[in-house]
Amino acid sequence: MIEVNDLHVSYGQSEVIHGVNLEAKEGQIVAIMGRNGMGKTTLFKSLMGVIRSTSGSIKVGGVDVTKMPSYKRVKQGIAYVPQGRMIFPSLTVWENLLTGLEGSRTGKFPTDIFTLFPVLAEMKTRRGGNLSGGQQQQLAIARALAAEPKVLLLDEPTEGIQPSVIKDIAQVLLKVRDSRRITIIVSEQVLSFTMEILDRLLVIEGGRFTADEPRDKVDVGEVRRLLAV
Amino acid sequence: MSLNEVGSMIAMQGFSGLSLFTVLLLMALGLAIIFGQMGVINMAHGEFMAIGAYVVYLFSQLTQNYAPGLREVYFVPAVVAAFFVAGAVGYVVEMLLIRRLYKRPLDTLLATWGLSLAMQQFFRSFINPKEVSAELPEWLLGAFNPTPSIQVPRNGIFVMGLTILVSAGVYLLMLKSRWGIRIRATTQNRVMSSAVGINTDRVDRFTFALGCGIAGLAGAAFTTIGSTGPTSGSLYIVDTFLVVVFGGAANLIGTIASAFSIAQAQSLLEFFLTSAMAKVLTLMTIIVILMIRPQGLFTNKLRT
Ligand SMILES: Nc1ncnc2c1ncn2[C@@H]1O[C@H](COP(=O)(O)OP(=O)(O)OP(=O)(O)O)[C@@H](O)[C@H]1O
Ligand SMILES: [Mg+2]
Repeated sequence: MIEVNDLHVSYGQSEVIHGVNLEAKEGQIVAIMGRNGMGKTTLFKSLMGVIRSTSGSIKVGGVDVTKMPSYKRVKQGIAYVPQGRMIFPSLTVWENLLTGLEGSRTGKFPTDIFTLFPVLAEMKTRRGGNLSGGQQQQLAIARALAAEPKVLLLDEPTEGIQPSVIKDIAQVLLKVRDSRRITIIVSEQVLSFTMEILDRLLVIEGGRFTADEPRDKVDVGEVRRLLAV
Repeated sequence: MSLNEVGSMIAMQGFSGLSLFTVLLLMALGLAIIFGQMGVINMAHGEFMAIGAYVVYLFSQLTQNYAPGLREVYFVPAVVAAFFVAGAVGYVVEMLLIRRLYKRPLDTLLATWGLSLAMQQFFRSFINPKEVSAELPEWLLGAFNPTPSIQVPRNGIFVMGLTILVSAGVYLLMLKSRWGIRIRATTQNRVMSSAVGINTDRVDRFTFALGCGIAGLAGAAFTTIGSTGPTSGSLYIVDTFLVVVFGGAANLIGTIASAFSIAQAQSLLEFFLTSAMAKVLTLMTIIVILMIRPQGLFTNKLRT
């Protein structure tokens, strides 16, 4: 569903992503784990077109999106939940969700959104900025799902969120993986959450993937050691 | 002067202030929309107003020469055309000029200032170096008298109605339409807007065109109270900046209140003093108020 080939990304002169390869199939949750500053956000931003890559290619559903601006990539089927959520604070919850439709190919609001996020249904007319952090995170995910993407990118969705909401988010991700058969790529530092949802684990260190294991091969002790350094 | 006469005078001066108010408000609305959306201060905004006024003038000329029978009806389509012509010119200007300068606010200032000079020269060379006036239909001329000593000019009522219509339209567009959501989302977070699938370049172009179109409407309204020359727009641009700065760029109510107080103050003072003195007094009052309440100023917002 998404295919990344030899991707390099730099900030000015300093290269941060050094030739990343990644292929993820539909209906698969791929977790990318790595410590602070290892390049997770940079990788996601370049997949989304928020920053340019210096070389390499990105394909979504067979279409090369490497040169496209963000909004065109959304039309090709990538949706993005950035680190720090980045909802539109002065728009209402409902208006935030409508912005998600901008990238939708059908243009219709998916009926299951409010079933997945009942808390948002109660707060439709509230301003996004007045929601709690956990509610904002759910709104950011719902906004991305409103576009009915083929590939969903989530950058540290559990950062600063209480355990009960983390559990809800895990359930939602598993549900949409199964009901919509989409590819989910999620970066994380919280091991318990990641282990609950992943089908496959990638470890990123210094802008390179240093491990790639399917769910049943993941050695939790080893990963914990890697993240703890 | 009896007390009654003073009352009538204030009322009538107040009504003439209303016409100025509506023109200033429409101008400020367009300027503030563009500034709020993309941090561009459009120094050529006054010339877009002139475009609107010239469109009405051209319509009036064409009607007079080719279809004098339509004199009573040409005005309304002319107002609509003023909006679309000014908007279309704005659209092209955004595409050729503004778009390339977004990350350089000072260059934008300079470029739009140059554009305003070029447009003035264009008016001088291709339309008329002297002031021109549109031939107004009968129903815009004269006044009616609610009391024997007060006369309310009809053109004032017309521009008032036009302004209310436009303000309501802008309000609905911004708060109730998908375009409004796109515009507000882009204003708040340009990068994220693109990442949810909004074509932010198109939103910019549309917004710039909309702001220029509203300036064109201001120009159309202006034809009912004055004659138009190549530099008419630039005479209004300073007052418009005053309105926006005084009211705060971000909110509609502030813009309305500030356009109202500036226009009324000037028109009432003009009755007692020369118009230059009226301007000086208004300006000084605004400076004093801004010293006490600086949040009326532009918020420092740049593109990220
Ligand atoms: N705008 C920037 N300009 C220059 N260097 C940057 C910029 N943004 C990030 N970097 C650098 O790139 C590297 C990777 O940063 P990135 O934000 O991708 O890490 P991350 O894995 O997402 O970290 P975290 O877990 O803290 O979110 C870091 O060394 C960081 O200092
Ligand atoms: Mg990060």
